[in-house]
This record gives sequence, structure tokens and C-alpha cells, in this order.
Amino acid sequence: MIAVDLLTRAFPLLVDALAMTIFLGVTSFLIGSAIGMVVALARLFGGPVLRAVAVTYVSILRGTPLLIQLLLVYFGLPQFGILLRPVPAAIIALSLHAGAYLAENFRAGILAVDKGQWEAAYSLGMPFAKAFRRVAFPQAARVAIPPVGSRFIALIKDTSLASVVTVVELTAVAESIGSSTFRYLEMFAIVAMIYWVINSLLSLGQEVLERRLARAY
Amino acid sequence: MGHREDCPVSISGLHKRFGSLEVLKGIDLEVRRGEVVVIMGPSGSGKTTLIRCINFLEEPDAGCVRVCGVEIPCGGKTKRPARTRQIREIRTRAAMVFQHFNLFPHMTALGNVIEGPISVRGMPKAEALALGERLLARVGLADKRDQYPSRLSGGQKQRVAIARALAMEPEVVLFDEPTSSLDPELHEEVLQTMRALAGDGMTMIVVTHEVRFAYDVADRVVFMAGGVILEEGPPAEFFGNPRHARVRSFLRLVDGGEVDADTVANGALWAVGSAGFSEGSPV
Ligand SMILES: Nc1ncnc2c1ncn2[C@@H]1O[C@H](COP(=O)(O)OP(=O)(O)OP(=O)(O)O)[C@@H](O)[C@H]1O
Ligand SMILES: [Mg+2]
Repeated sequence: MIAVDLLTRAFPLLVDALAMTIFLGVTSFLIGSAIGMVVALARLFGGPVLRAVAVTYVSILRGTPLLIQLLLVYFGLPQFGILLRPVPAAIIALSLHAGAYLAENFRAGILAVDKGQWEAAYSLGMPFAKAFRRVAFPQAARVAIPPVGSRFIALIKDTSLASVVTVVELTAVAESIGSSTFRYLEMFAIVAMIYWVINSLLSLGQEVLERRLARAY
Repeated sequence: MGHREDCPVSISGLHKRFGSLEVLKGIDLEVRRGEVVVIMGPSGSGKTTLIRCINFLEEPDAGCVRVCGVEIPCGGKTKRPARTRQIREIRTRAAMVFQHFNLFPHMTALGNVIEGPISVRGMPKAEALALGERLLARVGLADKRDQYPSRLSGGQKQRVAIARALAMEPEVVLFDEPTSSLDPELHEEVLQTMRALAGDGMTMIVVTHEVRFAYDVADRVVFMAGGVILEEGPPAEFFGNPRHARVRSFLRLVDGGEVDADTVANGALWAVGSAGFSEGSPV
């Protein structure tokens, strides 16, 4: 294969870059999930002010390009005296972005829980938090897992934008090796392949999880 | 709540509206300890709304509800923590069995039954398991303890739901048409369970159109129409000699023929859904 020599040379850099990509993806997914859950609960159960804040947040973050959000955090915030290093800036932007989508996934999951389930929980004397945790959440999770899995995969791909703010992840490494060797085609193809492998594994994991959950009932 | 009293449920002047639709127009109802009260009435007359007001799944607009000494004045809809606690207190004393079972699908039969004792009453797990198995045995489902609801028949689901309600060791059990979403051949197993419960002295408020059950088991039948209680009395009187023309025509529809005490006494089995006889527009 033409790319073999290149691959051996680039390998150590690619390993670090892959680690960074996964780190960005996982961290942003976890933080984004926390944001998404809070926003979904605010939107579903909050008062009018909380609801309005949640709706606006989701609308803005889904209605603007992730690249702009990232540039705002990295280049815009310093004007307010908030200087962030590239990795935290990327994580903040990716988390806020994923949080908006995840909020919608969680909200749909919670809405899919039959009203009778809440009523049965309440009729046992459960307070809201317990009814949510014991009864609604496990059922909402089943509904939310496919879209949340897809969001995770999308997020892994979105991490490539972090290269724009100089985070050394897969895309940035491909670009720098590509420019120093003029072998852009091979480098981007290699990196594309790596993304594809990660995401195929994730899809597989998601399928297994879905099947396990389906069996539990 | 120190003192035991004769009246586990006492409702007075209960009003409830949904938007411009006034569904309950001043209900007074006292249910004594150990009494079985059957509520009948045409579709839309407010039966479900009434029993949901007893455990505050619906918030009444006016009037008051008292369950075993816990009294909640209605009208003031403030969400004060003290009031929320009182409502939860009432819910643990007035358990509910739903028309559509509402079993938790992610828990086994036993898991459904022990959920309330463990997470609401704070019962230790071992004790809850023993209670749960005892209750499943009581509704005849000891062998189904590890089945998920999706593997149970409708009648079995409803019996698990009854066991779940009993696990709260309630003072009164509220039933909203417990058989009407079941195939006819499954009614009897649920009714048998309810008969046994009544025989054990449980206080029960049952919305149902199972005339035979009402006749055999009820101490009192309450007839609702248009958001008020139109007539009430012991079943022999209620079915044998209803005072209101409204009740007579309802019973004819339920029966599909003339109703007289003999037919009832001879055990003609009437069990119908409420589909065929809706209220006019009740405004
Ligand atoms: N949450 C709600 N919002 C608006 N209207 C409602 C609501 N719940 C009930 N209603 C209306 O209130 C009226 C009484 O309803 P309810 O369910 O109490 O009647 P019911 O006597 O139980 O009838 P059925 O025999 O059909 O079960 C109906 O007209 C119904 O459409
Ligand atoms: Mg009803």
C-alpha cells in the first residue's frame, strides 16, 4: 500500500491524536449529557422562566454552526477577559453544542413515558424526584438510547473542528503531516478511516446495548 | 395520626372543573371503615375524576377531602411543602388500582410489588420481599414473581397491580374500572381477588359496571350523573327499586332488559363497558 511508509512515520503522532479525539468526545459527551439532562428537566418541569431559558438555549445552539460557537468561545471570550486554552475551549463549545441536542433527546424520552406510569408512582406516595429516578428515567433511557448513541457518534466527528483552534487531534495531525509531506490525500484518507472505525465500533456497542435493554423487559 | 376513626374517607362539597367543563358539582361522600362502595354512572359523569380527587391525582377546585384523619382543604392550590407531604401521606393510605394497570414494565411482578414498601415506606429489603411474596400468593401469582409485566395476561397484570396497592398496607383501595380493559373471560379472576379482599374487611371504593359484583359485594351503590350523586343505597334497593328514572334507564342499558330484584337475586350476570351510554354534553 502507498500509505504504509507514511503510516509508520505518522503512527506515534496519530496515536496521541486519537487519544485526544477520544478524550474530547467522551468528556464533551459526559458534560453535554449533564447539561442536556438539566435543560430537559427545566423545559419539562420548570416554571415559565426556566422553560424560556431552556428553549432559548436549545434554539440558539441548534440554530448556529458549531464552528461559530467554537470561535466565539476561543476568540470571542478573551474580549471579556476570559482566556481559555484550546482544549478547554473546544470542550466547552462541544459540550454546549451536544447538550442542546441531548436535551431534546432526553426530553423526547421522558415525554414517551406513559402518563399512567407517573400516576402509578405518585399513587404509591413517591415524591417527584423518586418517581423520576425509579420509574420514569429507566423507561425514558430505553427510548433515548438510539438518538443519544447517534449524538455521540456525531460528536466524535464534530471534534475534528477543534483543529481550527489548534487542538492537536486527528484532523490537525493529518493536516500538519499532510502539509509537511505534501501527501494530503493519504493522510486525510487514513484519518477518515480511523473516524470510521471508531464510529463503527460505537454503533456496534449501541446495538448490543439496545438489544440487552430490549431483553430486560 | 393517633386515633382510629370510623370514616376512612370523607368528601364534602367537592367541585372540579376542567376549563369551562364543570365535572364535579358538589360531591359529598362518606365511606366507613370496611365498607365497599361501588360507583356507577354514565360515561363522562365524573366517576374517574371523583376517585382521582381522593388521592389528589386531580386537584379539586373546592371542597375538602379527608382520608384517615389527614385533611386537605381544597381551593387554595398553594404548593406548600407541608401540603405536598400531606398529599403523599394520603396517597400511602389510599392506594389506587388503575383501569390500565400501569405496572412498571421495567420491574418484575415482585419488583412492582416491593417498590412502594422499599422506596416509599423505607422497609428493609428482606422484609419487603417477604411481604411481596405473601401478597403475590394472596392474588394467586406466587409462581409469576420473576416475570416482567409484558409476559403476563391482562388479568394477571391487574392482580399484580392489586398486590402492589396492598403492599402499601393502605386503609382504603380505590379501583377505577379494574376489569373494563380486560377480555370478558378474564374479568372473573380479578373480581374474585376483589371479593376476597372485601371479605377480609378492606375498605374499597370501586368504579365499575359489574352489576353482579356490586350486588354481591357492595354495601352501598352510588350513582353519579352530570357531576352529582343522583342516588345511593344498598344494592338490593338500588337495583331492585331505583327511585330515579335516570337510574332505571341506565340499568336497562347495562342489562339490556328490564331490571328487577329477582333477576339480580337469581344471579344474572351483567357486565358491560360504559361505551354505549354517554352523557349528553355535560356543561
Ligand atoms: N384531564 C382532563 N382534562 C379535560 N377534561 C377532562 C379531563 N379528565 C376528564 N375530563 C372530562 O371530564 C368529564 C368526566 O370525566 P371522567 O373520566 O371523570 O368520567 P367517567 O365517569 O369516569 O367516564 P367513563 O365511564 O367514560 O370512564 C368528561 O367529559 C371528560 O372528558
Ligand atoms: Mg372513568
